[in-house]
Amino acid sequence: MNFLNQTAAILWKDILTEYRTKDALTSMLLFGLLVILMFHFAFEPDSLETEKYGPGLLWMTFVFAGILGMNRAFAGERENDSLQGLMLAPVDWGAIFLGKMLANFLFMLVVETIILLSFTLFFNFDLLHRLSWMVTITLLGTLGFASIGTILAAISMNTRMSDVMLPLLLLPVALPAVIGAVQATAAAFTDPPGEALTFWVKFLVVFNIIFVTLPLLLFEYVLEE
Amino acid sequence: MKSQNSLAILTFVLMLVALYAIFIYAPTERTMGPIGEVQRIFYFHVSSNWTTFLATFFVFLNSILFLMRGTRELDIRAATAAELGTIFGAFGLISGTIWAKPIWGIWWTWDARLTSFFLLWLILIGYQMLRRVVDSPGQRARLSAVFGILAAVDVPIVYMANRWWRTQHPAPVIAGGAGSGLDRQMALTLCITMVAFTVLYFYLWKLRCELERTGDTVEALQRRLQTQGLEVR
Repeated sequence: MNFLNQTAAILWKDILTEYRTKDALTSMLLFGLLVILMFHFAFEPDSLETEKYGPGLLWMTFVFAGILGMNRAFAGERENDSLQGLMLAPVDWGAIFLGKMLANFLFMLVVETIILLSFTLFFNFDLLHRLSWMVTITLLGTLGFASIGTILAAISMNTRMSDVMLPLLLLPVALPAVIGAVQATAAAFTDPPGEALTFWVKFLVVFNIIFVTLPLLLFEYVLEE
Repeated sequence: MKSQNSLAILTFVLMLVALYAIFIYAPTERTMGPIGEVQRIFYFHVSSNWTTFLATFFVFLNSILFLMRGTRELDIRAATAAELGTIFGAFGLISGTIWAKPIWGIWWTWDARLTSFFLLWLILIGYQMLRRVVDSPGQRARLSAVFGILAAVDVPIVYMANRWWRTQHPAPVIAGGAGSGLDRQMALTLCITMVAFTVLYFYLWKLRCELERTGDTVEALQRRLQTQGLEVR
C-alpha cells in the first residue's frame, strides 16, 4: 500500500466510525446552532450589525465546534488501545496524521456548511451571492486549523487534562488562521468585495502550506513511545 | 561553580552601570512634556522584551535539537528558557502598560506589537502548563518540544498578520515612543541595559538548569535507596 492508499484507509476508517456513532458531528452541530441562538439573544443584531459581527461570529463558532470535534478524534483511539494497533500496523505514521487530519477537516466542513446555511436562514443574510468566495475561504481557513488541531489533539490526548489542554494549546497557535479567515470573510461580505479579500486568501494559502507541512513532519515524535 | 560566581558579579556590575545610565546619564525625553521622566522605563521595557524573544528563540532551538538528539540536558534548557521567558515577558507587559497609561492615556491598545507579544506570553504559559500535565518525563520532553516548535514558528506569523491587518484599518493614534532616531546617549543607555539584561538572563538560566539537574540527581538517589528497601522522605 502506498502513502495515499494508507491515508485513504485511515480516513475511511474514521468516516465509518463517525457514520456509526455520529458522536462528533451531532455535538458539533448542536453546539454551532446553539451559538447562533445565543448570538441572537446576546446582540439582537440588525442587518448592519450582522454584516459587522457575522464574520467573527461564524469563525468563533467554527473554531469552538472544531475543538469539540477534535477532542473526540483521538479520545476514541485510546479506548481499547486502538492507537497502539494503528501504530503497529504497517503504515507510515505520516499517513495516520494525514488521514485523521482529513477526517477532522471533513467533519468540520460538514458542520460549517450547515451553520452557514442556517446563518443565512436565521439572519436573512445572503451568503449565496458570494458562494465561490465563501467556499474558498472556508476551505482554506478550516484546513490549517484542522491540521494544527489534529497534532495538538494528539499531544493533549497524552496529558492528564486532555479536554482542557486542547483549546489552551490550539487557540493561540491557530490565531493567524482565524485572523485571516475573519478578515477575508468580512471583505467578502461587503458589496462589492473589499480589496483585502485576495490578500487574505493568499495569506491563508501560505499559512496552510506551513502548518500542514510542519505537523506532518513532527507527528512521528508525538506518537513515539 | 566558579564561572557562576563571576557571572553573578558581572550581572551585578552591569545592572549598576545600567541603573546609573538610565537615571543619571540619559537625558530626559522632551516630547512627552512634564512627564518625560516616564520614558526612562523604556530601557527596562525594551530590554526585558528583547530577553523574552531571546528565551523563545532558545526554546525553539533546544526543542529542535532535542528531537534530533533526545538528551535530557536539551529538554532542561528548553523548559527553563520558557520559564525565564514568561518572567521577563510579564515584566515587559507590566512596564509597557505603566508607560502607556500616562503617555497614550490608555493601558492597552491592540497594536500589532502588543497583540503578538501578549500572544507569545500566553503561548509560553501554555507550554509550561503542557509540561505540568504530562506524567512520563520522556513523553513530556517530546510533546513539549513539538509544541515549542509549532508555537515559535507561529509567533512571527501572528506579528505579520496583525501588522497587515492594522495597516488596512489604522489603529487609534499611537504617539510618542522613541520614534524615528534615538538620541546618542539614549541609544548607549539602551545598549548597556540590553547587555545587562542578556547577561542576567544567562546567569538565571544557568542557575535554573543547575537546579533542574540537582533535582534529577536527588530523584535518582531516592529511587536507588528505595530499591534497597529504604524509605526516604
